[in-house]
Amino acid sequence: MEQLNYRHVAAKRAKGTQSQALVGVVASGNLEVLVERTLPDDECEIDIRTVVEGFGEVWRAVVADFVERRSPGGLKLSINDGGARPDMVALRLAQAVRAVEGERS
Amino acid sequence: MTVWDNARRARDSRLQAGARFAQGKRVAREDATALLEAVIQPGDRVCLEGDNQKQADLLAVALAAVDSGKIHDLHMVQSGVVLPEHLDVFEKGIAKRLDYAYSGPQSQRIARLLFGGQIELGAVHTYLELFARYYVDLTPQVALIAAVSADREGNLYTGPNTEDTPAIVEATAFKDGIVIAQVNEVVDKLPRVDIPGDWVNFVIESDKPFYVEPLFTRDPAAITETQILTAMLAIKGIYAPYGVQRLNHGIGFNTAAIELLLPTYAERLGLKGQIATHWALNPHPTLIPAIESGWVKQIHSFGSEVGMDDYIRARSDVYFTGPDGSLRSNRAFSQVAGLYACDMFIGATLQIDLQGNSSTVTADRVAGFGGAPNMGSDARGRRHPSKPWLQAGKEADPDSPAALRRGRKLVVQIGETFGEKNAPLFVEHLDALKLAEKLDLDLAPVMVYGDDVTHIVTEEGIANLLLCRDKDEREHAIRGVAGYTEVGRGRDRKLVQRLRERGVIQRPEDLGIDPLDADRNLLAARSIKDLVRWSGGLYAPPSKFRNW
Repeated sequence: MEQLNYRHVAAKRAKGTQSQALVGVVASGNLEVLVERTLPDDECEIDIRTVVEGFGEVWRAVVADFVERRSPGGLKLSINDGGARPDMVALRLAQAVRAVEGERS
Repeated sequence: MTVWDNARRARDSRLQAGARFAQGKRVAREDATALLEAVIQPGDRVCLEGDNQKQADLLAVALAAVDSGKIHDLHMVQSGVVLPEHLDVFEKGIAKRLDYAYSGPQSQRIARLLFGGQIELGAVHTYLELFARYYVDLTPQVALIAAVSADREGNLYTGPNTEDTPAIVEATAFKDGIVIAQVNEVVDKLPRVDIPGDWVNFVIESDKPFYVEPLFTRDPAAITETQILTAMLAIKGIYAPYGVQRLNHGIGFNTAAIELLLPTYAERLGLKGQIATHWALNPHPTLIPAIESGWVKQIHSFGSEVGMDDYIRARSDVYFTGPDGSLRSNRAFSQVAGLYACDMFIGATLQIDLQGNSSTVTADRVAGFGGAPNMGSDARGRRHPSKPWLQAGKEADPDSPAALRRGRKLVVQIGETFGEKNAPLFVEHLDALKLAEKLDLDLAPVMVYGDDVTHIVTEEGIANLLLCRDKDEREHAIRGVAGYTEVGRGRDRKLVQRLRERGVIQRPEDLGIDPLDADRNLLAARSIKDLVRWSGGLYAPPSKFRNW
């Protein structure tokens, strides 16, 4: 088990008022993302627990692109990863933001 | 005086040696090994029919049981290395040299035997290439083949899985070789004649039907959202703008997703009748919903697929069938069809390098190619025009006069940037190169050469290599869709951005696709059971795909 944590400045606050949402499942090759609106509007935090060690650089790149594309200001995203591939991670992160924004982005 | 019929005399004496075990053409299965010891000679080229699907398994067991003191140094020339016995003959010293095309199920063991030196490798061929060599420099002295049934004269009915049999038998029978067939049963009257009896020398009735490998069944339940996204990209970004009507699909999950999106996503895009109407394709169960929805005009098949026979029989407007009603497949003709009459091949691979070369060879697996290199290559002898072919040719070479410009086949590699066990799809150097070095091969086993690849589709987007004007652009077009792999992270962002502005790279948003719309609800069937339902109960999936 490896734990990783990334904090970013976000350009915009995530839309909506919903306080939290959960997407995905913890399974082999999959992941669960809990998203909570707990941070100041220009901050976001991604906290990762993963069963696969040694992919820190890939996580860093996936998270940076996610923040740039979706601008999840005010959100804390906690990931429980069962060894998902980066494409799945990017998809679940985007789904998590959509879920907490309560509408299609 | 010069003798001009040495080979015929040799064949006659082999036939005589074998006749001891035969009544007419029939040989008891208990005598199979003795028959082979009588008719085969050391150093012979032997084709032990191992196709992509159909396996002459009784004859494989019989050959693996011959006395290696009597029969040795055989040169095996067969398209598929699929059964354990196909390699046992090398371990036992019965065979020495191998020329083949595909070794999917034996990919790990064949790698060990190659590294260990027990197999002297001629080459890994594409199917059509190996069949071609049957007629030039790899003509078998003995062919061991499989059919469904035989009559008293030795006429054969191959049923839906005709596959390689006609190509093998023609080369052997007409060049003084011996043809031995295993059949499931001997009957008075065949449903149809696929191989004439006077091309067949011995017939052995097996105690069980020959083995067929189910290769083309993809369970829709296992299709991921990322695969659906790549399928949406391919449909909207390639099938639609080029108007691809004549095509071949690989066997991966990405192309299975495309098949299942035709009646849903593609239908909503108004593409019915515009794309994917004529196919060189095995009977993929995942194409059933598109067929039932009226998308598909015609399909010619390399072989059959387990469980599809009744469905095919009931859809003769779509498939090629015989007077008996069952499928007539033919690998050689379907490969030619894919090469010359299809405008697109789209399939998955395991590794793509920075030049776009792709290979399914990895460090410890030598899976061979099968048909992909034929399907995935530009036929330089093609002369008939079609819209996609002309358009692709124009994109590659906009300055030549149109009437003198070659068209181009669309050769599309599709996949997720990371595969099983997080193995990256994109690599700096193919494992195939290491293999070539280790085995001292003149050629690395490259499945599709980079200069044949026209597009690469991943979840990150589409790279159109036709539009690249130099090596550097090409490399960055590939890096630009390579996602978070090391190759992808090694991109020059500005160069990739410029390629995107020129349409060389297209992102999902450039095509109006929201990755969040890539939902399993888009699949016309989400389980094997759904496919059975679509088929009106005609599709009978093999038990390993049934969970009800």
